[in-house]
Amino acid sequence: MKGVIRVAKSVVRDHDQKLNVREIIQEKKRTKSITNTTEKLIPKILFGIAAISVFTTIGIVLTLLTETIAFFRDVPFLDFFTGTKLKPLGENAVFGVLPLLTGTIISTIIAMLVAIPVGLMTAIFLSEYASEKTRRLLKPILEILAGIPTIVYGFFAFTFVTPLLRSFIPGLEPTNILSPGIVMGIMIIPMVASLSEDAMSSVPNSMREGALALGATKLEVTWKVVIPAAISGIIASFVLGISRAIGETMIVAIASGSSKNFTFDVTQSMQTMTAYIVEVTGGEAAAGTTLYYSLYAVAMTLFVFTLIMNLVAQYISRKFREEY
Amino acid sequence: MKYVDSTQVQKKMGSRLLANSLAKGLFLLATLFGLVVLIVLIYRVLKDGLPWINVDFLMNRLSTDPERAGIWGAITGTLWLMVVVAPVTMILGIGTAIYLEEYATKGRISSFIKTNISNLAGVPSVVFGILGLTVFARTLDLGSVVLAGGLTMALLVLPVVVVASQEAIRAVPQFLREASYGMGATKWQTIKNVVLPAALPGILTGVILALSRAIGETAPLVVIGIPALLIPIPDGIFDKFTILPVQIYYWTIDSALVAEYANLAAATIVILLFVLFVMNSIAILIRNKFQKRY
Repeated sequence: MKGVIRVAKSVVRDHDQKLNVREIIQEKKRTKSITNTTEKLIPKILFGIAAISVFTTIGIVLTLLTETIAFFRDVPFLDFFTGTKLKPLGENAVFGVLPLLTGTIISTIIAMLVAIPVGLMTAIFLSEYASEKTRRLLKPILEILAGIPTIVYGFFAFTFVTPLLRSFIPGLEPTNILSPGIVMGIMIIPMVASLSEDAMSSVPNSMREGALALGATKLEVTWKVVIPAAISGIIASFVLGISRAIGETMIVAIASGSSKNFTFDVTQSMQTMTAYIVEVTGGEAAAGTTLYYSLYAVAMTLFVFTLIMNLVAQYISRKFREEY
Repeated sequence: MKYVDSTQVQKKMGSRLLANSLAKGLFLLATLFGLVVLIVLIYRVLKDGLPWINVDFLMNRLSTDPERAGIWGAITGTLWLMVVVAPVTMILGIGTAIYLEEYATKGRISSFIKTNISNLAGVPSVVFGILGLTVFARTLDLGSVVLAGGLTMALLVLPVVVVASQEAIRAVPQFLREASYGMGATKWQTIKNVVLPAALPGILTGVILALSRAIGETAPLVVIGIPALLIPIPDGIFDKFTILPVQIYYWTIDSALVAEYANLAAATIVILLFVLFVMNSIAILIRNKFQKRY
């Protein structure tokens, strides 16, 4: 509209003022060249902006890598990955990552023991059993659960779930790995449920109807038709859940304590990789010390773990996606 | 010849139907589990926190005395953080989305950027904290100030804005673009005057969700090094600061020493959840109100 008015105005002006034709051509050329430069410039600027996300990844990898290399100059590679003792402070500091690895793995296992069955059953209910009305009611609730900040879950684990568990598990320490593990599982339920539900909902109805027509019950349809057909999406949701549990920080930083125990006893306090990072940075490690570098070595391990998990999940859902 | 033995079917029918209804009950229970946890969580937080919320709690500075401690510093810190996060994440996120959807040819580079963004979304937030600590706080020597925290947080929530904006831009029908080209508009004029206005509700929803994620994140800022000590109220983006979730963190771990700190943490959680609830409601409102179907 604006353009039309401008053209009209210039025509009017031509008649009124008897402008030089050459001047008009000059003016047109000028605006044209401005438009042309913007047209050429904008994609370049936007490409630069889009590249920033790539630079972020490169930045993460580079910072982690350089400082991790510095760390392995102080601590032998094998000692780090096979050491069962972690005592980063004081004289004779020992850096073995196994206590952190077991802490991370155990809390992840506990979380997934909660999140996988409950999440999958929720997905089955929402996708196969629930009426449209119930689904519309229940899905937002899951979204609320997914939107609660992890710090709130940490508070919940520390002030409610741990005391509750202690009332029937007498040996449970005030900080332990069991309670944050369970709460982490609760946090991950919505993620597993909604991703699995997406996978199951995309199974075409004709397959369900075929099985139902053969006389199968709804449970049999779900178990023998829908789940096998949606299995890649379901497994991808589990893998993403695991990745999320490995990287989760605040719940374990609050509720699992800071004892660097190398143990498999879930009633005890254990530290995860993420909680170690929070503890060490909170203690203001001086730059250049082995303690400071250990931060990056642990972060690197964490980064590699979660990256592998995410790539695996992407690979599974892309490679094994069934096309109907 | 009979393919189906009806007596066999009859005999098994009862147990199969029973299994089906039992399973249905079990699946329902699992679904309600989340609901129950949500109710318990909110009940606990309200019960512990609500009595502590009053004007003094909102307006007071931090204090070691639970009776006098307030969250004014954390509230202003959160607002200052948004001053940095909102523009940075909008420019980066929307720019990336426009590039990917409108300019990038479907090739190696664009699919590389896309994979990169989805991987970035899966990087633990604590690792972003390490990046912020190393690059912004130490290498650029900003220290643990609002600007460093905000830039870190902006990178963390970037994938949320990119993905939401991409979807919004993709949903703008092709005929609108063609009409614009038909009128003689150039590509950028079309994007600026036709595509972006049409995609705006979706983009805004994404931005609000990203900001609410930034408000709730704790780990990166703890890693960047927000002091647990009493600090002055921040006055700009180069000041040290604290935010609501970090406040909750320190009060929760200190509640083992002073029991009332747990109440302070709960009260702060009530405020935080309220803020998030309002923001998410706005996002949903925008989505429902302005979502056009073509």
